[in-house]
Amino acid sequence: MSLAWKVTVTVILFAVAAVAAVVLIVNLLGQPPTVDFTSSSSGAPVDVTLQSVGTYGSGSHPTWVSYLVEDPQGQWVHTTTFQVPAHVRINVTIINYDSGSPLRNQQLGQVTGTYGNVATLNGRPFRVINSNAGNGVAHTFSMPSLGISIPLYGNNGNANLCGAAPCTTSSPHQVIKFSFTSPGPGSYRWQCFVPCGLGFLYGNGGPMATLGYMGGFMQVAA
Amino acid sequence: MTDPGAAGPATGPDQSGEQGETHHWWRLIAIWVVLSAILDPLFYFLAGPHIPPGTMTDVAQGAQFDFNVLFVIALPVLLAVWIYLIYAFIMWRASRGGPDPVGGEAARGHLGIQVGWILVTTVVVLFLAGFGTYELVQPGGAGGGEGSSPIWTPTSKTVLPIQVIGQQWKFTYRYPTFGGFETNQLVVPNDTTIQFNVTSLDVIHSFWAYQLGVKADANPDYNNVAYATTQELGSFIVRCAELCGIWHGAMYNNGAVVTPQQFETWAKATEVRLRRNTKLLPPFALTYTPDANGADGGYYPDNVDPYSNVEQYGAPQPKGGG
Repeated sequence: MSLAWKVTVTVILFAVAAVAAVVLIVNLLGQPPTVDFTSSSSGAPVDVTLQSVGTYGSGSHPTWVSYLVEDPQGQWVHTTTFQVPAHVRINVTIINYDSGSPLRNQQLGQVTGTYGNVATLNGRPFRVINSNAGNGVAHTFSMPSLGISIPLYGNNGNANLCGAAPCTTSSPHQVIKFSFTSPGPGSYRWQCFVPCGLGFLYGNGGPMATLGYMGGFMQVAA
Repeated sequence: MTDPGAAGPATGPDQSGEQGETHHWWRLIAIWVVLSAILDPLFYFLAGPHIPPGTMTDVAQGAQFDFNVLFVIALPVLLAVWIYLIYAFIMWRASRGGPDPVGGEAARGHLGIQVGWILVTTVVVLFLAGFGTYELVQPGGAGGGEGSSPIWTPTSKTVLPIQVIGQQWKFTYRYPTFGGFETNQLVVPNDTTIQFNVTSLDVIHSFWAYQLGVKADANPDYNNVAYATTQELGSFIVRCAELCGIWHGAMYNNGAVVTPQQFETWAKATEVRLRRNTKLLPPFALTYTPDANGADGGYYPDNVDPYSNVEQYGAPQPKGGG
């Protein structure tokens, strides 16, 4: 092999390695955006609206289940990270567009950590969902460090469910509402505890293990 | 020509006992004995009581005692090496402009020292092996998971069973003697022997109640038993000690040792508060075989009917199903 060939091969390999390294770093550092709810007046309650969809419908993982967050301007953002002020009432609305199933652990069928340990489903208060009856539980919104966990009642799997986010209320949906007080400043993990990562071992890979889909953070600002 | 190893400033330790020579060995031994006699009790009585994991349970106290014993034995060995090294650096260093240190009689091996060193270290290691083996299982399994049929059991006749259920990524706790309610909170009474029945609903986790001195793997379809007898009030932390997925690092919670009266009050109130959900839980069992959502170990596409309503947490498995 001539010297020119060796140099050429070396340069190409180096370039490939450099590109691979850049792609890897960009992917590792890439974080879903943060929706900011801290601009409201001091001490005022903050309304946070999310939706859960069975398939995101586009992007690099169109078949993955996902949460989305509605920003203060009313635009749906594909993220699971949002920021709220400390020590204020957080009113959460989750519009669930996904079907349900029995829970792996019915312990997660309870509402915990909200005001009165109660939430509302389509306007009716509830404390427990029997995941083995009706449409089952689609997902949970759980923040273990704060003891918060709310099961999201599923839609009928035979219905014509929304298949591409952001979904609108013209598709079958369930509206779950609850409130809690935000803690002190910090970063609080939240996630779905239903193993809804289809095609992954125990259902906990893929979207369950990727920020921006079924788990994220509630950032609490000072 | 004189033998440089027989006299001069670079004389070795085996010169002790000769008329007019420094008694290096006696000096070394004296320094070692005095330092060991001072530092060992200082460590044992001042630092020892604060060594983790503390004394919240008998097994935690046992772990603390074991560490202290090992340290008290290891410290004189450490001192012997350090004292000899420092002494040698000071006493037998080459002086500037003086003759180079050379070998000779003083640098030759000493059979007595070699045999003595091997003998002493062998005795120490054998003792520690025996001591460690005994302490590994006493009292009552020393807080480790003993499998489903424990050999080393506590002497207490009154045992409170608590089931620890691991799942990605949290622990929950069932109290079978209080109606089988399941909660996120781990509350235990003081002066009570606890029997932790540890299992998992998915992958392998490890229940590590650090201050309780309890650590037991949580395996799916397996009941791993660990014992501890509480003896101090306070809070403790539970962590998962087995890398179990992306949120493994966040799989922890706090627990509390409370008075028996407080525990009774809490347990009865929680039993009532959670009664509606307790009815929906599967009957208490030592292990559960959740089948829904592929939790039987299969991947989703292979699961026959992951959304069947009869496949639920703890439900009996149909023959050939899953």
